[in-house]
Amino acid sequence: MSTSESPPIEAYLDWAASAPIRPAALDAMVQAAQTCYANPTGAHKQARKARRVVDEAREIVADALGGQPAEVVFCSGGTESDNLAVFGAQRAHGGVPMCSAIEHHAVLHPVEALNGVVLPVDAAGVLDLDAFSAALTANADGAGVSVVSVMLANNETGMIQPLGAVAELMATHAPTAALHTDAVQGFVWLDVADHAQRAHLVSITGHKFGGPNGVGALLIRRGTTISPQTIGGGQEFEVRAGTQNVAGIAGFAAAVQETVKEREQTNARVAQLRDHLVDGLLELVPGAVETGDRERKVAGSAHLIFAGIESEALLFLLERKGVYASAASSCASGAQEPSHVLAAMGVHRDDAQGSLRLSLGRDTTAQEVDHALAVIPPAVNQLLTRTGGGR
Amino acid sequence: MEIMVAMSGGVDSAVAAALLKAQGHDVVGVTMKLWGGDSDTGCCSVSDVLDARRAADVVGVEHHVFNFGDAFDEHVVQHYVDAHEAGLTPNPCIECNRSIKFDKLLERADSLGFEMIATGHHAQIVQAVDAFGKVRRFIKRGADGAKDQSYVLHMLGQAELARTMFPIGHMSKDEVRAYAADIGMRVAHKPDSQDVCFITRAEGRPSFLRSRMDFTPGVVVDAEGEQVGAVESVQLVTIGQRKGLGLAGGDREPRYVVDVDVTSATVTVGRKEELLTLETPVRDLLWVAEPLDGPVEVQTSAHGHPTAAALSLGSEAGEAMVTWHQARPRVAPGQSVVLYWNDRVVGGALAR
Repeated sequence: MSTSESPPIEAYLDWAASAPIRPAALDAMVQAAQTCYANPTGAHKQARKARRVVDEAREIVADALGGQPAEVVFCSGGTESDNLAVFGAQRAHGGVPMCSAIEHHAVLHPVEALNGVVLPVDAAGVLDLDAFSAALTANADGAGVSVVSVMLANNETGMIQPLGAVAELMATHAPTAALHTDAVQGFVWLDVADHAQRAHLVSITGHKFGGPNGVGALLIRRGTTISPQTIGGGQEFEVRAGTQNVAGIAGFAAAVQETVKEREQTNARVAQLRDHLVDGLLELVPGAVETGDRERKVAGSAHLIFAGIESEALLFLLERKGVYASAASSCASGAQEPSHVLAAMGVHRDDAQGSLRLSLGRDTTAQEVDHALAVIPPAVNQLLTRTGGGR
Repeated sequence: MEIMVAMSGGVDSAVAAALLKAQGHDVVGVTMKLWGGDSDTGCCSVSDVLDARRAADVVGVEHHVFNFGDAFDEHVVQHYVDAHEAGLTPNPCIECNRSIKFDKLLERADSLGFEMIATGHHAQIVQAVDAFGKVRRFIKRGADGAKDQSYVLHMLGQAELARTMFPIGHMSKDEVRAYAADIGMRVAHKPDSQDVCFITRAEGRPSFLRSRMDFTPGVVVDAEGEQVGAVESVQLVTIGQRKGLGLAGGDREPRYVVDVDVTSATVTVGRKEELLTLETPVRDLLWVAEPLDGPVEVQTSAHGHPTAAALSLGSEAGEAMVTWHQARPRVAPGQSVVLYWNDRVVGGALAR
């Protein structure tokens, strides 16, 4: 636990929580902040300059998501985008909202607040399609189903969800319901235009792929109406009022563009590193279990369970050795909360306490992975031996 | 030395961390998240975590949050509910010290390689060599008599005391606040927490307990067995209680609860004299070091005063009788009875 080692080797393995900003995004932001100070809704030349930045960004995002520019609504990030989709669709149409049990809280909590249906997943963390089909049939009468929200890739396990199959079941059993997908994690790794082609509502946020914090978007396909959740000056097609964050949107679009361009190459490189990391840990830590099914995960995602330890303690030791990771989600206080994702997968609460999420990204290096492989096994061992192997 | 400081978000633990850091120790601040429900005081709310984090920033030490919510619910909250169900009067802060701070946190500190833990309690640890050459540690009252917390720490034995520090125990509260103000801590003037952290003032104890247990309506009788009142829940009645008993008003002499029998759902009231006793039987007696017999000072509430008494050990392990020199109101069963000698905690038990 010495703090005098130098120079410290560090491994940032928490990309799924937030990624470093891309230089291109930063440049675009600085440029826009310096030159586009005017309000983009104004009528004069300076305003038009700012509006042009927003319009160009809208086209870039539309292309990346497989939509039209007029279908892109900028907002403050993943949570607002998810809330806008769920509350907006439900309030516009009435009926029952549904989501999978492994959704991010930004979807799960709105659906629960609306007394919606939470759909089960299988042991690998993938939506149970039979249960989904049954739930659609059961709610076909009355006001019917308003919105179904199923994420593209899960933020804890990385498991990719079968959106095409979800869309097909909806076409049969709930043709008027809207399909929303939280593609916040998925966008980094997957061609959203393809995976989410049948989704009516698609959410992404910038800081997961090198854009700034506080900027995201909701794609609202033409023909899908949602009720605005912020009203005022009518910005963003009267769906999300408020003066646009021009510099943030410029940075967001720059990051979208680079992400799409580099995606294939990044996937190939990072998947190798991830495999090396996970295989190494499975070999070096007796009893370690990989969560889910690696072939159906996004490339940057590694998730393991070390039974008999508490991840809170493990994260503490890892941080002291310069390895930055996470377990499940944190609550407002910063404390680790038991994972609702693992609970939905049927993982026992005691085992779930020993979970570790290592998420890699475009800049992750082999040195970082090696450092993690050197640090994690002895840390797990320390916790197992000093606590007598249990809680 | 590597020391983990439990930082509640209050001024005492913030200064404890600052003092240890100033002494050159390798300090890490930790706030325990214990309660997930509503709270308006105590160690659990998000704003207290913010205060602790910012205090750690001022001191220049790392700050972490540990979620001990499951253990807290099981060992403190459920224990509190169970005790009420049995008609006892529990002290949850003592249970928290026993099973969370000086058990769970100590174990966590141990597994992470820390040599010691420290808290901001107003108490001191003194050590002495006994007649057999053994080093013995004791808790001594905090220097600030009005803030002394030795009562709620009485359960610490030799193993825990050897790994625990109370860095501000020698200071008065005013000195602690002045120190905090001096180094620019915002918590310097934060009010002390006092209530049970998992029960809000708005909600109150009855409504909290109602959500977790079944209440048994009880009859209130006088010494002759005549019914004189009624209560919604016999489990919520405490020895010495005067109000909320459904008694007829008027100019009668005030009556107090002198006995609570949960099994028959009967509360007995009597005159103040009937509340007095010369003896308090105790159970679960634990000694800090060697057992002793005979004269002791005894404290029966966190902010009470010590009273001279004599202790005689019972025939069953952990049982004893406290004989008061002067008659005093009965101690509610379940309350901690803490034994002192020369301002040092020598043992503790629960009133029967």
